[in-house]
Amino acid sequence: MTMTRLWILSFAIAAAACSAGEPRDQSAPRIRTAGQPSTATPTLDSVRARGFVRCGVSTGIAGFSTQDTQGQWQGIDVDVCRAIAAAVLGDAGKVRYTPLTAAQRFTALQSGEIDVLSRNTTVTFQRDVQLGIEFPAINWYDGTGFIVRKASKVQSVKDLNGATICMQPGTTTETDVADYFRKQHLTFMPVVIERLEEVTNAYFAGRCDAFSQDRSTLASVRARAPNPTDHMVLSDVISKAPFGPGVMSNDPRWIEIVRWSVYALIDAEELGLSSKTIDRAFESDDPDVRRFVGKTDGFGAMLGLDPQWAFRIVKQVGSYAESLERNIAPLGIDRGINRLWKDGGVLYVPALR
Amino acid sequence: MIPYAHGTAPPMRTTPRRVSWTDPRVRAIAWQLAVVAALIAVIATVALQTAINLRARGIASGFDFLTRPAGFEIARGLLPFSSRDSYTRALLVGLLNTVRVSLLGIAIATSLGLLIGVARLSGIWIVSTVARVYVEVTRNTPLLLQLLFWYTVTQALPAPSDALNPLPGVYLCFRGLFLPAPIWHDGFPWIDLEQPTLVGFGFQGGTSVSPEFAALLVGLSTYTAAFIGETVRAGILAVGRGQAEAAAALGLSRLHALRFVVLPQALRVIVPPTTSQYLNLFKNSSLAVAIGFPDLMSITNTTLNQTGQAIEAIALAMIVYLGISLSLSAGMNLYNRATLRRGGTA
Repeated sequence: MTMTRLWILSFAIAAAACSAGEPRDQSAPRIRTAGQPSTATPTLDSVRARGFVRCGVSTGIAGFSTQDTQGQWQGIDVDVCRAIAAAVLGDAGKVRYTPLTAAQRFTALQSGEIDVLSRNTTVTFQRDVQLGIEFPAINWYDGTGFIVRKASKVQSVKDLNGATICMQPGTTTETDVADYFRKQHLTFMPVVIERLEEVTNAYFAGRCDAFSQDRSTLASVRARAPNPTDHMVLSDVISKAPFGPGVMSNDPRWIEIVRWSVYALIDAEELGLSSKTIDRAFESDDPDVRRFVGKTDGFGAMLGLDPQWAFRIVKQVGSYAESLERNIAPLGIDRGINRLWKDGGVLYVPALR
Repeated sequence: MIPYAHGTAPPMRTTPRRVSWTDPRVRAIAWQLAVVAALIAVIATVALQTAINLRARGIASGFDFLTRPAGFEIARGLLPFSSRDSYTRALLVGLLNTVRVSLLGIAIATSLGLLIGVARLSGIWIVSTVARVYVEVTRNTPLLLQLLFWYTVTQALPAPSDALNPLPGVYLCFRGLFLPAPIWHDGFPWIDLEQPTLVGFGFQGGTSVSPEFAALLVGLSTYTAAFIGETVRAGILAVGRGQAEAAAALGLSRLHALRFVVLPQALRVIVPPTTSQYLNLFKNSSLAVAIGFPDLMSITNTTLNQTGQAIEAIALAMIVYLGISLSLSAGMNLYNRATLRRGGTA
């Protein structure tokens, strides 16, 4: 049962008490000599000693983190885990995935059961400030939407006055919908079910007039419907939902590694690099590309990694564009604002320099 | 029994008692104190370290969140609630839902269990067999599965537009059971029955029972009734055959013999294990989260996630569950003592 697990996880935080004093050391500021490579990061050290990255993912959201028929994890959130493993351990396959419900995810990270949470998690003020969690980068810009049956003749959110709406507990959706309906002076009746499979089935069975979730999730819910053409995702988006991986805030170096692993995916697209062309990048004259693959500047060492960390990310995982092409495009989800700034989107990440 | 021990005063001590390690009573007390002290020390250390760790990891702690607005909506319950109300009120709504489903469940499970227990011992083959099949099927499948089954059953009902209408103003569909409700007026006749009417997405007005509540109530009470039924059967069998035969000889009907002779004696065997069943039903109500009924566990779960304060939220839930369980068993113990007294000195 999910509950049991949650209880165990909560008490794992308390159990960390046994290692008395150790967390205090972690949070203490470290004094470093400029330019000196430092691997004094407890998370990186334990990942290296263990030989794999422990990554928290969803229990199955198509396009983001889901298992294929062979049991292999796939999705853009999974690619973030793979990128980190490629950068840190040299092999994108060295990841152990822990499927988590929305309700379990933060506790799993706080209790140290996972090294990184990569599970379409909306970054909010409260999560950033209150949970002891850091969100180093954004890897997908989404928003809360609704899926409805076409037969209900609902065209926009305003038509949902008095409707029964399915949602999941502990999601930003739950509060977004409450806020939006209050603002518009509309009423609704919530039905809150924890697991995505069960809440989706409740919607399909007719328990709810609409199901509210992030729009990307709704696209995959619709794809899984017995008859997808009977359903439609409303065009209204009632909130901002930037997704990003989360890590504990007491390990600054690990935060930087996760941040730059995501940036490397996006920078690779911007530099026109892909898993197929990356081998030729070593001969490139472009200073940006030469820095990226570690020919110059020694950025890898500054992160406590080897020079080819970013090269391996692109070689083994691909660029952000390839990741979307593999995972998001087949679901019929448009990239929307998740394009590079050069192409009219909002992806604008700092450069490797 | 030692002869003449009863009513005799113990021999007088000539010297006052001295505290001595050789005295087994002193040793026993010392050991118990040591164990309690060690336990308190362990709990204090864990609590202190947890607080230190939470601070070191930058995780917020404390119960300040209880007064903040919850921000989420809850399906209609006994208390009015809106997203502007505090987490405390949200948890209270959940608690009332848990208590409501548990008390109703206990009442139904007891009546049904009594019926099943008596039916199991019936001389009529068909009655005892039906009761036995019921007990075996319900006892030997997981409760979670049964809850999901009952929930699926409610979802197989017709849509609101084709709702069953067995009585005027009563509608049954997959959105729930809708009933007329009294509303109060200022003018004569002060009270009116408000009928539910189909508007837009569903029925408005009147009162309603949600499918989640119905599935949980049916699931919990039928499941627990099977266990109570077995306890009742054991209790009846524990009463000597002679009692029933004597009652028959006095000319009591079978029903009267059961009501006035057998059951009062059987109660002494039945009550203690039934208390455990009540506690189980109460705690099992937390499975509501699987079918989306907003019970205490479900609201705790949401609170925990919206605030991120797992330890506080779970500690609160544990205290509340513990408190109710202890009161429930205290109440049942009182009742048990009363049945023992009524039963006389058998």
